[in-house]
Amino acid sequence: MALSRTLACLLLAAPLSLQAASPKVSEFKLDNGLKLLVQEDHRAPVAVTQVWYKVGSSYEHGGITGISHMLEHMMFKGTKKHPPGEFSRIIAANGGSENAFTGEDYTAYFQTLEKSRLPISFELEADRMRSLKLLPDEFAKEQQVVLEERRLRTDDQPRAKLSEQFNAVAFSDSPYRNPVIGWPDDVSRLTVSDLSDWYQRWYAPNNATIVVVGDVKPDEVFKLAQKHFGPLKPSQLPALKPQAEIDQLGIRRITVKAPAKLPFLAMGYKTPVLHGAIDESEAYALEVAAGVLDGGNSARLESRLVRGQQIAASVGAGYDLYSRMPALFMIEGTPVQGKSVADLEKSLLEQVRLLRDEPVTTEELERVKAQVLANKVFERDSIFYQAMQLGTVETVGLNWKIVDEFVDKINAVTPQQVQQVAKKYLIEDRLSIGYLDPQPIPEGQTAPEDRAPVGGNHVR
Amino acid sequence: MYAKKLNIFLCALLTLWAVCAQAGPAIQTWNTANGTRVYYVPTEGLPIVDIRVVFDAGSARDGAQFGLATLTSGLLDTGAGQWNADAIAQRMEGVGARLGSGVSRDTAWVSLRSLTSPKLLEPALDTLREIIQHPTFSATDFEREKKNLLVGLKQREESPGDLAGIAFFHTLYGSHPYAHPKEGNIDTVEKLTREDLQTFYQHYYVAKNALIVIVGEVDKAKAESIANGLLSGLPAGEAAPALPKVEQPAASKTERKFFPSAQTHVYSGVPGIKAVDPDYFPLYVGNHILGGSGLVSKITEEVREKRGLSYSAFSYFYPFREEGPFLMGLQTKKGQSDEALSVMQKTLRDFINAGPTLKELEASKKNITGGFAMRLDSNQKLVDQVASIAFYGLPLDYLDTFIGKVDAVTPQEIQKAFKTRIDPDKLQTVLVGADGPHEK
Repeated sequence: MALSRTLACLLLAAPLSLQAASPKVSEFKLDNGLKLLVQEDHRAPVAVTQVWYKVGSSYEHGGITGISHMLEHMMFKGTKKHPPGEFSRIIAANGGSENAFTGEDYTAYFQTLEKSRLPISFELEADRMRSLKLLPDEFAKEQQVVLEERRLRTDDQPRAKLSEQFNAVAFSDSPYRNPVIGWPDDVSRLTVSDLSDWYQRWYAPNNATIVVVGDVKPDEVFKLAQKHFGPLKPSQLPALKPQAEIDQLGIRRITVKAPAKLPFLAMGYKTPVLHGAIDESEAYALEVAAGVLDGGNSARLESRLVRGQQIAASVGAGYDLYSRMPALFMIEGTPVQGKSVADLEKSLLEQVRLLRDEPVTTEELERVKAQVLANKVFERDSIFYQAMQLGTVETVGLNWKIVDEFVDKINAVTPQQVQQVAKKYLIEDRLSIGYLDPQPIPEGQTAPEDRAPVGGNHVR
Repeated sequence: MYAKKLNIFLCALLTLWAVCAQAGPAIQTWNTANGTRVYYVPTEGLPIVDIRVVFDAGSARDGAQFGLATLTSGLLDTGAGQWNADAIAQRMEGVGARLGSGVSRDTAWVSLRSLTSPKLLEPALDTLREIIQHPTFSATDFEREKKNLLVGLKQREESPGDLAGIAFFHTLYGSHPYAHPKEGNIDTVEKLTREDLQTFYQHYYVAKNALIVIVGEVDKAKAESIANGLLSGLPAGEAAPALPKVEQPAASKTERKFFPSAQTHVYSGVPGIKAVDPDYFPLYVGNHILGGSGLVSKITEEVREKRGLSYSAFSYFYPFREEGPFLMGLQTKKGQSDEALSVMQKTLRDFINAGPTLKELEASKKNITGGFAMRLDSNQKLVDQVASIAFYGLPLDYLDTFIGKVDAVTPQEIQKAFKTRIDPDKLQTVLVGADGPHEK
């Protein structure tokens, strides 16, 4: 233990510049309000483009949940200029990989391409930013695809089901209570007209951030952006309602029964996040608290509950520093055979109590800081990840510079600050607990068949 | 019109680009004193080094003790030399290093990612060396890890997708060592003893059954000293013997199993290709058209884009040392699985009967060769590529010649290779989910 502390001190003594020069980010803004962030990385002749829109499930209201995600799917289904599927075919023919993702706070589209193909990605993204053509036939099919996606990701996954219903109990009026993919009834009743309204409202240059990371020159990327995105008209964006979560007035519990083999426990404390924080050091202290509990095999949950007490088969903790709205500090786990979720809950609550009652040790804090510093270098191995970070923070309303400040801010966190945030936020009145209560899975029969293979000459 | 113009523009670019970016990394190799082959690629720009030690000690070496390779690998970092799991974790994480380990059907590997500053790297290397050379396999750690593995195996039974995958491999490989899941089964893991793990470790974690990959910002001298130290205390031992040949199925087979889920998971395929295989390029490029290129592939087009039957629908070749699976898959809601399976299998049949069109082949080649730079754009990807070249004994210039070999593939070669290797009348099919035989 003494050894690791010494080493950690040595690591911290070395300024980051000795580890790797900090990457430079160039920021541009077009007249129509579009923001462009470019980070150079010349290690390989490739570039990633990500287009981030400030819209996601937390922008949605009752009855149309899942619409941001549904629209994301439809963004590949044709514009006035390109028929359905052509976007993907052009990117593929250029050696690119592409996809999109939707979260609570964003909808983002990306292409990774050999660097000289960047104009192709800009031209296509500019086209679908304002000229999407929503075709009813395409929508009808894609709606079925999204419902299959929901079955795959949520309905047939007991822990995902718990998580979905848990969020709906932990949050009363915050839009974080709704699943990103949407409630099934809402998703199956979305219409082309709903989607068209949503598209008109949010897809505009002044609601987007473009992030490019790779073997590029910032000025050239800016000129390219001016050429393709410059002509697009901005929109009058609707003012966002704050939708602040009401005060929680006591512990909340929910049980979800589902066919499963193992019980599972989810605990979430309502916490502030960096965006909108009255005191931003609290957010960094919470980040460190999560690292003390779950920052690897030497962290408390793994060493104490999986190895020491042997009460958890698996356990983890997480905090989302870069959320747009106050979120949950989560702790989750599976008890070992012979222990119950109640036993595990007791042990986890005890670990949280220790965070409140005692300052974390210097060794632990230094371990977390050493990892943060190393990870900062490791993450530069992925241009995609770097672009993700920049896009996320900008889109939730923070400034991208905050990504650069991360190491220093974590380094400034003291044991007292960790204890203070634990005392203030990791308390029973902010806690929701979810239990997965496994229901028997009916024994299925296996029936081998020796019939002629399907798929001969006709399609049923 | 737009696309046409674009293509001309791109051809010009492609020619230019091809000159400068076709070369892969220069891989340097040598043997350590006790017989381990080393593969080293220096990189610049980030003070990171990745080290991966790969043993021919995957689950195909389990014998009848399914789960043995996985549990052996899982025990390595729970105690080594004078250190217990806490000390090992603190030594690694205290310097910000990342330790990894895992098992595939063919391999067991231990990996380290560290900053290159000696004050950080050396303690991580010391720890890694102990983990590989002197794992303790203590009784307490063994019992705990075994219990936790059993919990994981139980959780697998919650997932119709996992169950379908297990059933698929079983039906595809019968009594071949690729047949069982790499994590083992509950009944086989329950019988494992600490001594079993020690025996497995002593047999397979030996110098001649290992290779070392080093990628990062370290010079050759440093790479040599890392490699020499890492396995120096291991006995030379012997390379693992060849695996049994994989038999092709004699007839098609379809297996249905009920699971109380909203969807049915469908897998269909046959044993496909080896990692070193004369038909590798025609099959790889051909499958890219059939089901291996995401949203633009034929299977996705038919199953998802035209009919909305599944969120994901695909076909892949997974090359192993011996024939890895050719696997098509999808998931669809109750009542649709026959239709979806039928569409997927018909797509395969039509593709084999007609062969790819020139246009399809060109599009596919452009996607693969135009995306070549993205296969090597991070140290992490370099390590993966080099480890695969090293383990399967692919030529060291494999990445240099990759684009040329893709470009040389003809439609006739693709059709011939598919006709020889994939018989649509012998597909092994597994369906697990709502459409299973439950309510009869």
